[in-house]
Amino acid sequence: MKEKNSHSNAKRYGMVIDLDKCTGCGACMVACYSENNVPFKTDETNKLDSINWIRVFKLTNNKPYPDTEVCYLPMPCMQCDGVGKHGHSPCVSVCPAVATDYDYSTGIVSQIYTRCFGCRYCMAACPYHARKFNWWDPAWPADTKKYLSPNVSPRMRGVVEKCSFCFHRYQQARDKAYLEKRAELEEHEYQTACAQACPVNAITFGDLNNKDHAVYKLKSSPTAFRLLERLQTNPKVYYLTSKSWVRRAGDNYLAHEEPENMKTTVKEHH
Amino acid sequence: MKIDRRSFLTYTTAFVLGGAAGSMLSPAPWKLTDDIAIWTQNWPWTPVPEDGEVTHKKTVCTLCPCGCGIDVRLVGGRPVKIEGSTDHPVNKGSLCPKGFSGLQYLYGPARVTTPLKREGKRGEGKWKKITWDEALTAVSDKLAELRASGRPETVACIADSDQGTIPNLIGRFMTAYGSPNFLCAATAKDAVEQAIYVTQGKQGVPVFDIQNADFILSFGAGVLEGWGGPGRMLNLYGAGKSSKTIVQVEPRLSDTAAKANQWIAINPGTETALALGLANVIINESLYDKNFVENFAFGFDRWTDENGVTRDGFTAAVKGYEPAKVAQITGINQADITALARKFAKAAAPIAINGRGQGLLPGGIDESLAVLMLNALVGNINKKGGISVMPDFDYAKWPEIKIDEVASKGMQQPRVDGAGSEQFPNTRYLLNRLPEALNVAGDGVPIQALLVTDANPLYTMPDTEAAKKAFDRIPFIVSFSPYMDETASFSDYILPNHSYLERLQDVPSAAGISRQVISLSTPVVKPVYETRHIGDAFIMIAQNLGGFIKNAFPWKDYETFLKDALKEHWRNLKRKGLVELSHNPPEPLTYLFNTASGKFEFYPTAQTNGTDQPAALPAYAPVPIEGDMQRFDLVLTPYDTIRLAGGNLASAPFMTKTVDDTVLKKETSFVEINPTTARGLNLKEGATARLTTPKGEATVKVHLYDGIMPGIIAMPRGLGHTAYSVYLADKGTNVNTLIGSIADPASGLDMAWGIRAQLTRI
Repeated sequence: MKEKNSHSNAKRYGMVIDLDKCTGCGACMVACYSENNVPFKTDETNKLDSINWIRVFKLTNNKPYPDTEVCYLPMPCMQCDGVGKHGHSPCVSVCPAVATDYDYSTGIVSQIYTRCFGCRYCMAACPYHARKFNWWDPAWPADTKKYLSPNVSPRMRGVVEKCSFCFHRYQQARDKAYLEKRAELEEHEYQTACAQACPVNAITFGDLNNKDHAVYKLKSSPTAFRLLERLQTNPKVYYLTSKSWVRRAGDNYLAHEEPENMKTTVKEHH
Repeated sequence: MKIDRRSFLTYTTAFVLGGAAGSMLSPAPWKLTDDIAIWTQNWPWTPVPEDGEVTHKKTVCTLCPCGCGIDVRLVGGRPVKIEGSTDHPVNKGSLCPKGFSGLQYLYGPARVTTPLKREGKRGEGKWKKITWDEALTAVSDKLAELRASGRPETVACIADSDQGTIPNLIGRFMTAYGSPNFLCAATAKDAVEQAIYVTQGKQGVPVFDIQNADFILSFGAGVLEGWGGPGRMLNLYGAGKSSKTIVQVEPRLSDTAAKANQWIAINPGTETALALGLANVIINESLYDKNFVENFAFGFDRWTDENGVTRDGFTAAVKGYEPAKVAQITGINQADITALARKFAKAAAPIAINGRGQGLLPGGIDESLAVLMLNALVGNINKKGGISVMPDFDYAKWPEIKIDEVASKGMQQPRVDGAGSEQFPNTRYLLNRLPEALNVAGDGVPIQALLVTDANPLYTMPDTEAAKKAFDRIPFIVSFSPYMDETASFSDYILPNHSYLERLQDVPSAAGISRQVISLSTPVVKPVYETRHIGDAFIMIAQNLGGFIKNAFPWKDYETFLKDALKEHWRNLKRKGLVELSHNPPEPLTYLFNTASGKFEFYPTAQTNGTDQPAALPAYAPVPIEGDMQRFDLVLTPYDTIRLAGGNLASAPFMTKTVDDTVLKKETSFVEINPTTARGLNLKEGATARLTTPKGEATVKVHLYDGIMPGIIAMPRGLGHTAYSVYLADKGTNVNTLIGSIADPASGLDMAWGIRAQLTRI
């Protein structure tokens, strides 16, 4: 069944983030908090326990003033396909509770909070630190409970959470299409909250398998790269940059290695 | 079978172990573990958000003056998400982090939920809940008492803005009451406004047509960090990135500088010299717009005044700023200056803008003048892609006001801040001078009652502690803030306004060169708490005061007033949410100017005040920096980041959450410092240090950042609140407490860009 699905016209939803455009404003982070009922604490400065489904990192080229350059890098869950795109994502492979799973119809790695019992193997396995653990029950001070969205379950103490590519938006779009007797979704019908929020349109979202979607072309752009490509996690989040130092920061390259020429060494199984 | 002790133990052990092994093969233990996990995850306090019908309401965000269209998603009538309206002409779907945090400004823990009366000492935080009637009566009685004593001018009002009908209604109240002391914090807009006034004779809102410009030369303006309205500017950047060149001139690699096509690192405070240096190259190489200069400009070359005295023109003023000298002042490579001047002059649609960061501080008038004249040199006035001035918004009209004798006497008194006086005739507001005015000796404090509407001066004013001491001399302070901000927590009464999603108001916005967008912000939800619309509160106070003041407010509430004032626009606004008014700029190349010469004045005769001072021409003079150079070897500058709100309205918890751990760690702020400077001070990344300035001191951590000029240290605005809620209070240092204000001699506006500082390891 799995095999059959993976070779049918299954979707592979993915993202292309243009780092030349990203201004680091953080609108994607806030839109995500609001969309996905992400909690907040009085102190969020310990980034190890601060829950973010997408976080914008600040990179510099480490050159002295005034040759310094800065690049912002937003990092959601990479929704890894794993080697051979068979859903062997690092986290899915280690979850003992099937709380995180690879959806063959969309390529999205799920997280089911009520199945998760908090062993955090997945956090150890994830090379991108995309997963966050709820060390405490979230608190919703004053009347903030009133703004919680019913589309995403608020989490509880003891479970791991991560970016879902706003899967509830996919479900809603799919339901709508079903009611209208359509089999396929339009590109604009399913967009993640961060892609929709980005005020400079640095984030493009869509089906990487669909030639009509913008991401299809963008992912093969000569300036496209992925993070830690050589781990063969096969992430579905691509980045565009015109700066070679940014590309170099995307993996642990040795001094003599040229990131631009390395792409071919990564096996793309089809 | 005999069961002895030995076999009993054997059988028992075997039974227990066998049972255990056996049950491990059954699903029971796994089911039990699973059940326990599920049980612990179903605590009754884990919320289950109620489902319901999904609806959308469109309104306008008023968290900052940008005026972005927003689309609020509601589930069963509960707002759950804010997104940008793709069909609003200001932001076209873009929104900043503050806009996305909006629901926390509605339901968040910083709200003031009922009218409050101070119980303990000022700022102690002890309040008594009172009814609206009690609150309005208390304020009305105090105002009536001051008026009866014949001193209505001792009442002052500090507002966050003077645009739109709410500030206008309050302004009308002040006039009817009899006080000229309506104050706003001056921003970079005020300095540009004044530069436009003295060169063009026009008063109004400056409009920068970034949309149609293709070469943006920014003298420190954080176009991607909130300058010009974050929603609008980010949208323009996203839409036009490939077609626009941005050159950012500033001493720190800000987010704007990082995204610019070119970052030019400049010695801070020398922007005026660079602008004049660029003008020098443009004139020398004859790259200026000859049509504009010859036909529509005055004072470009030498000219003779009515007394027959020959005076220098702009060409003479810039003569001294040859690239070599400017290179020395600004620290910029001489070749880069020349190249920049050529690129600017030769671009199809260049525009030069100024105002540091978000433009929260006005800066010196010479800087704005020099930058404006740079625009004029390339003929960039009243032109597509250029700078124009929109007459003060006049879409709202209401009946003439009749005032009584007390009021007219009060209105004739000089303003407490000295704005509009002989010394500063062209300046509208000088809030920065208020503390000094309050610190007069004896009991004659010129302000006896202060009304604060949506402003938070006790956080935003430089040298905040001194301002607080000065404000403490005012016997009666009323805040109308929806939030427990620093000023509200220091007041005597709080009459909480609705938050922005509960409030009706018009939002004027200058969206481009030729149009003005008036949007209507309509309530998305019924008021959550016992708050009242600030317009209603003022109308009720006016009615309590009676007489001419009551007559000036013949409306039953703000909505009636707004409907009445907007007249023909009201229906459109109600139906479509916005109206676009063409502001009909003068036809290109007709350039109507209201100056004495009828032309654009490169020699601003209005600035001479009729005296013989030739100081009207822009010149570069180093902005003095407060502090002893021997003791304070560094210079501290505040910077703006779009992830933090540094103005009147503080950050929502979601915004603070996005801040990096190299900006704030627990309760300590970081200062950015160049690694070479840090090495000299023996400071490593993350080290704790004592930061001292002539105004105050703070414990900080250091963040080594190559993108900041050696010798300069920078701190973000927007941290170090003392009020609001535990999600914001006592986090980091308020940089305003460490810096002072330096008045520009020509305008009185604050032109300080930094203060001397010392950093010592602890």
